[in-house]
Amino acid sequence: MQRSDTPEQAEFRTEVREWLEAHAEPRKGEGDWSNGPREHTPEAEAAYFERCREWQRTRFDGGFACITWPEKYGGRGGTPVQEIIYGQEEAHFDVTAGFLPASISLVGPALMRHGSVEQCKRYLRPLMRGEETWCQLFSEPDAGSDLAAVRTRAERDGDEFVVNGQKLWTTSAQHCDYGILLARTNAEAPKHAGITFLLVDMKIPGIEVRPLITMKGDRHFNEVFFTDVRVDVANVCGEIDRGWAVAKTTLANESMMIGTGTQTQGTTASLVQYAMDHGRWEDPLVRQRVAEAYVQERLLGFLRDRLQEAVLEGRMPDVDGSVMKILWSESRTLRAEVGLDIQGTDGLLAGDDAFDHAYWQQLVLDRSMGSVGGGTLEVHRNGIGERVLGLAREPRADRDVAFRDLKTSTEG
Amino acid sequence: MAFILSEEQAEFRDTLRRFFSETTPSDDVRRLMDTAEGYDASVWSTMAEELGLQGVPFDERHGGQGFGLDELCIVAGELGRALVPCPYFASVVLAGGVLKHVASEAQREALLPRIASGAVATLALVEPGQGRWDATSIRMETPPEADDGRLTGIKDVVLDGTTAEIILVVTRSPGSRGWEGLSVHWLEAPIEGMQPKALQPMDATRKLARLHFNGARSQVLGQPGEAGPALQVALDEALVALCAEMVGGMEFVHESAVDYARSRHQFGRPIGSFQAIKHKCADVQIDLEGARAAICAARDAAGSDEFPLLASIAKAHCSDAYYRATQENVQIHGGVGFTWEYDAHLYLRRAKSSQQLLGDADQHRERIARTLEAHA
Ligand SMILES: Cc1cc2nc3c(=O)[nH]c(=O)nc-3n(C[C@H](O)[C@H](O)[C@H](O)COP(=O)(O)OP(=O)(O)OC[C@H]3O[C@@H](n4cnc5c(N)ncnc54)[C@H](O)[C@@H]3O)c2cc1C
Repeated sequence: MQRSDTPEQAEFRTEVREWLEAHAEPRKGEGDWSNGPREHTPEAEAAYFERCREWQRTRFDGGFACITWPEKYGGRGGTPVQEIIYGQEEAHFDVTAGFLPASISLVGPALMRHGSVEQCKRYLRPLMRGEETWCQLFSEPDAGSDLAAVRTRAERDGDEFVVNGQKLWTTSAQHCDYGILLARTNAEAPKHAGITFLLVDMKIPGIEVRPLITMKGDRHFNEVFFTDVRVDVANVCGEIDRGWAVAKTTLANESMMIGTGTQTQGTTASLVQYAMDHGRWEDPLVRQRVAEAYVQERLLGFLRDRLQEAVLEGRMPDVDGSVMKILWSESRTLRAEVGLDIQGTDGLLAGDDAFDHAYWQQLVLDRSMGSVGGGTLEVHRNGIGERVLGLAREPRADRDVAFRDLKTSTEG
Repeated sequence: MAFILSEEQAEFRDTLRRFFSETTPSDDVRRLMDTAEGYDASVWSTMAEELGLQGVPFDERHGGQGFGLDELCIVAGELGRALVPCPYFASVVLAGGVLKHVASEAQREALLPRIASGAVATLALVEPGQGRWDATSIRMETPPEADDGRLTGIKDVVLDGTTAEIILVVTRSPGSRGWEGLSVHWLEAPIEGMQPKALQPMDATRKLARLHFNGARSQVLGQPGEAGPALQVALDEALVALCAEMVGGMEFVHESAVDYARSRHQFGRPIGSFQAIKHKCADVQIDLEGARAAICAARDAAGSDEFPLLASIAKAHCSDAYYRATQENVQIHGGVGFTWEYDAHLYLRRAKSSQQLLGDADQHRERIARTLEAHA
């Protein structure tokens, strides 16, 4: 970055760096533990999750988790500037809290903004410290991009809701203690007006988590089945039937976070050394593609810097979250493809026979993480067209219609 | 350029936008395209005398305004947006930039005030058959010292080469290669031993010429044989200004496509509600945000070691992005986009010519690759 720190910023940066040096090892490259579990066994994945959880706790105890959250909730009461500085410094170290920061920033703001005083008291601190981990129980077989079409039912019975239905693609549900759940509480109302946002203990009877194996071979996400699961009304976050407002708070944080995430995992510049090692660097086509991947990565970096700079200088960011998300997704895909293609026929191999323990193969197979997770590329392009450019929405078949009268995939 | 302008800079941009929309509306662009000189002399002199635009990047002691690359990019952006046919890029950006970095102080004092007050200048670098905007294209030999700087050879696609009175010519010492052994010569046209020939340009808003040198006398700028590094700095600054010009045009075609997508109806709805159209607009928006960010990053790094790399990144991206935006603009307009009468093709032509000018995307990606390799 071009700008130099103010004296307070420099002081904070030094504090962060010293703390990180005392608690972590510097980043080395493709073999770092923070790049993800080596083996795709449930044990290795659980161990990795634990290690992420541990780092989250270390970070919290050091005063560097949830830096911008108010002190009254257990945050540092710091500024976005400090958050950014922390992220810039942490990126140099072989550490990660993995999935947790994302999940924390989905759950935390929803609780702080819409939750009751008791809910905040009960859940926020263990959330921040990684003691209790949370998954996002939103998507369903019939509700993906069209999230407001959720049909998992929550029926009132005295002081409880009885939940029945199925959730899908729930990241890390098998490791998590709690979940934020979107359920249909009123099927007579139009679809956005009959949803309730519930806080659910994953250990209670009637919840079954079945890991799904991704094309990479890991158990990234799960199916979660609910059979007569009883949830206390006290666990409604926000108001009954008004859960969509709470869901929107969480989704607003999601795409920006994905685009700006510190998950750099090596850089394109290292592809040059890689191509040299594989005897491909003199090939003009390889040089062109590496340079193109590098350009993409730098453009994303410039936009990220702009965004951070705006925050650091107290201006409104002028960079759109969907633009960031799409560039992020496309640039990591390009880098992965170039990295694998450089290997030529060696790229056909997997596991221990492949270079870098199949790091590049896995990255190629991981495209959906960016292009589907957190909203698909197409849906984000719609967002740019409509929100940023003011183009007309598509005609919709689901406005002002009672949810129960809407068509579903199975009915065709 | 929409990214963080100071209040004065935003005001400057607005003034220019008003000025060019009043003095050079599309009808005038078309009229000037068809003239031999390719610009309106009275607008050009108002630009110099009233707005001081030709002096923007020069020091006050050289008759300039003492501004930097930021302001130069604002001017370039507005010229690109309105597609103003005039020798600004050749004169101020290219020749002016080369003079600033290569010439001796006495030469700068002699020449820059003239450019600032509207004399047309240009840079002759590319040669026929080479077709590349880089040092490998330079074959013309530096004449022996005893020879009064008599130049022989041909320079190609020289911007505004028939109207320029100050002409800068790049030559190389026999046996030298790459950016080594280069000299920049200065001569005043018309001159015996130099014949300019107008070429038909695909983009008629930028006039091109072939210059035949047959013993024209010249003077060397700065030290003979040592112009390479300074020339590179000047060309890299010109790259960034060119990218700003391209982004100006890109913003215009993007706005025009989005407006059309909002207002044109088919099948009872605005065509922008069709995703095939909406997503084209979104992609151009993504390209545009990347282009602006790349220019800002390069601009802010002027003078640093990373500047050449950032200038190439900007050009590699803008070359592709501007061209794509102009093609999508034509497509989104349907049949009307294909007509001579409609301005879409003028921007398409400009995007094509800008892709080649100062090196195309492939060339800059190769330069990026060389830079990365040096750091590997
Ligand atoms: C790695 C990963 C992790 C995930 N983690 C979670 C999680 O923790 N919790 C959770 O709740 N969900 C999670 N998801 C689910 C994710 O949010 C959905 O997969 C996503 O929103 C798309 O929904 P879908 O899979 O039903 O696809 P669909 O919505 O059915 O889309 C299918 C195709 O149709 C296109 N499409 C759909 N609607 C439109 C439209 N309006 N315009 C244009 N094209 C359209 C899509 O772009 C896509 O190409 C995760 C997904 C992935 C891949």
